[in-house]
Amino acid sequence: MSFNRRDFLKIMGGSAVALGVSGVVLEGCKKALMEAAKRTNVIWLQAQACSGCSISLLNAIDPDIASVITQGISLNYHQTLVGGTGDAAVSVLENAVKTQRKDFVLIVEGSIPTKSDEYCTIGEVDGKYVGAREWVRELGKNAKAIISAGTCAAFGGIPGAKIRETGDNPTGAKGAQDLFKGKTVVNIPGCPPHPDWMIGTLVDFLTTGKLDLDEYNRPKKYFGRTVHEQCENLPDYKRGRFAKSWGEKGCLYLLGCLGMDSNCDIPRRKWLGGVNSCTGCGSGCIGCTEPVFPDTGSRGIYKHLKADAGEIMKIENADIRTAVLNLKNGGTING
Amino acid sequence: MARVLIDPITRIEGHLSIELDVQGGKVVEAKSKGDMFRGYEKILRGRNPVDANQITQRICGVCPVSHGIASSKCLDAAFKNKPNKNGMLLRNLVLGANYLQSHILHFYHLAALDFVDIKAIVNYKGGDAKLLAVKEWVLDEIKSKKGQPDEITTAAPFLPRYEGDFYIKDQTLNVDAIAHYLQALDIRLKAHKMVTAFGGRVPHLMGLVPGGVTQVPTRSLIREYRKNLKEVEEFVNKVYMNDVIAVAKAFSEYFKLGKFTNMMSYGLWDKDVDAMKFTMERGVYVDGKLKALDTSLIKEQVRYARYNSGSDLHPLKGQTEPDPHKGGAYTWLKAPRYAGAGMEVGPLARVVVSYLSGNAFVKGEVDGLLKLFNADLGAVFSVLGRHTSRAIECKLICQEAKVWLDELEIGKAPRSTYEIPEKGEGEGLVEAARGALGHWIVVENKKIANYQCVVPTTWFCGPRDDKGTPGPVEQALIGTPIADNKNPIEAARVVRSFDPCIACAVHVVEGDREIGTFKVC
Repeated sequence: MSFNRRDFLKIMGGSAVALGVSGVVLEGCKKALMEAAKRTNVIWLQAQACSGCSISLLNAIDPDIASVITQGISLNYHQTLVGGTGDAAVSVLENAVKTQRKDFVLIVEGSIPTKSDEYCTIGEVDGKYVGAREWVRELGKNAKAIISAGTCAAFGGIPGAKIRETGDNPTGAKGAQDLFKGKTVVNIPGCPPHPDWMIGTLVDFLTTGKLDLDEYNRPKKYFGRTVHEQCENLPDYKRGRFAKSWGEKGCLYLLGCLGMDSNCDIPRRKWLGGVNSCTGCGSGCIGCTEPVFPDTGSRGIYKHLKADAGEIMKIENADIRTAVLNLKNGGTING
Repeated sequence: MARVLIDPITRIEGHLSIELDVQGGKVVEAKSKGDMFRGYEKILRGRNPVDANQITQRICGVCPVSHGIASSKCLDAAFKNKPNKNGMLLRNLVLGANYLQSHILHFYHLAALDFVDIKAIVNYKGGDAKLLAVKEWVLDEIKSKKGQPDEITTAAPFLPRYEGDFYIKDQTLNVDAIAHYLQALDIRLKAHKMVTAFGGRVPHLMGLVPGGVTQVPTRSLIREYRKNLKEVEEFVNKVYMNDVIAVAKAFSEYFKLGKFTNMMSYGLWDKDVDAMKFTMERGVYVDGKLKALDTSLIKEQVRYARYNSGSDLHPLKGQTEPDPHKGGAYTWLKAPRYAGAGMEVGPLARVVVSYLSGNAFVKGEVDGLLKLFNADLGAVFSVLGRHTSRAIECKLICQEAKVWLDELEIGKAPRSTYEIPEKGEGEGLVEAARGALGHWIVVENKKIANYQCVVPTTWFCGPRDDKGTPGPVEQALIGTPIADNKNPIEAARVVRSFDPCIACAVHVVEGDREIGTFKVC
């Protein structure tokens, strides 16, 4: 890809880490440039998706998306961007399966319906509709890596959420890893995932052939620390300054912020090249990078604004629970 | 008669296919098929009403802002709440910014490849560094992939494509269009920076909540928004509008194709916190007459959709019992009808309703373009009418956004607060970039008892209704000439002019019947 050293380091570790860069990383940078020059083939498949991960990828800044597409990778198939339509488009997928191509990375966006293929079909082959599950399974057999872009493809996301009355899910929506037992699927969750996470992981894989992953197969360099640890509002938390309604200054915990339970580096990395962040805009973290999203515990995304004592007692962390109860009774938190 | 299947329709959001019957080189019948379901409305039931603000944004990653605002308005109504003035202005500002990114993305990155000859770059003789890089890339691709297993994807994602003698012939026009395709990627990013300034991020904004948004307007964020707006406005006025005119001149027959004449708009750009006065007017144009909107006349019909629940129900009473193998049904999209009639929604509908309401800005723009093409108002009901309407809207937004920024109260609360009631009902209407969007909620025990969304794409891409009358896109396709059944680009152009967004057209699905799997090869 057309990276310069600064771009590369920014994606790899965030700017703070980049300052303390080692020679090994610089060597990796050169290697990445060489590897990426081969223009890895990418097949990007959308299943039960909203296209949000694709739109987020378009918001890549360093390098910009035009360079990624024309110089970094060869985006063989992407439903929203391909020139071809109908047979002209689906022939690319058919060809990849028929010739058993092995020279591409498969990126999946959206969850996979497992109750019936009817819930998501892409194209027709020999007069029969083909389910997204079938494409992912067939293409995944030979792909040199399978990457799930976004929380739906990683863990099921909102299409995989439980129906409250029955505990069931409408379409049996699952993450892509459920189709590949015994094979590692790299998960880049987020609703949406940051473009740096997607491009950075791809480059990292091309450079080293392996990735340092956490227990949910997420790259540790982006998901290794909690939002809370890196939050802009952490000083407020430490001083016990809690916002009581959205738009107020202070730590957003009382409004349902899930920063303590969620891992990603958004408060440091920020969105759209530093314009704003989830915790910075006064909303708090909704935990969208986590496997439990959007069913965090039984509480959902937002609790009621005025939490009752019963709800507070359900908070698992005893220290926080005591602190919040104190706050509710007019006390202050000193962290 | 020949059956021509276009599956998938690419360069739109989501999974859509079109089945055509072509006779004597013309479409005589069309079926529009939505091919994906997730079941959001079922997932919403029993949850905290405020969760709907985040969950419904995930219906669509292209227009999450519209869903977030429709949901906020719906909750405001159910909570008997209103946004404060800052909240109303900030909603306009984030929605306006997303319109700019959505319309620019649609014209340059989704629709233009049906008209522009991307291969023209190979013969580029100029000195522009970005274009030379693209030229070098394509030539290198051709050289390195020749004879390789991935030759089929040389210069992907632009190739392969429908092949035929139907792209722009003029070399300069093609090269300009390719340069603007690249430039537009950067401009739409700037529009998204504007969304992020007051929405926290995009897609799926953090900051949309009942009563307004969570981001307090600060001097620095206003400066960020204004700086990007200036660049986007320059592009809209100097590049986008001219490119739309150039395509219209090269393909003037598309002023006659893709015709549909029933139009509906919920009204756009709130002028007061009651959401009853709009910069672009609210109304329904049917049988050649402009009428006032009455949302109690909205019903969804399911005879040809894969549901066995009650048909012709208002969304507040909406039911959605799926039946994947229902005889005669061919899509997961319902058929919404207004007083029994199918409606086109979207930029053209907003422009027509505004024009007929006497909107001075819209009238000036439309009349200017009609004069340029020596055409009467009838010409706007067409493929090119839709493309030009988007450009007109972008011009208007750039002008209005400056006024909204000036009216913001810096440092003041960006929203009003609320209490979730034990019981309540709400309707939230907004115009998404691609058309009229409505959310309806029933609250019981402070939780969601029912939540229904009627989205733009079901309005225009929905199937036949209970009487067998085809949906707007199905009707608009009839009469479209198809020169080559294997490369039906003309039909694709008609469908894309509507800017379908299939992920939005989601309804509840349940059941666990396994259909047989089959081999792809």
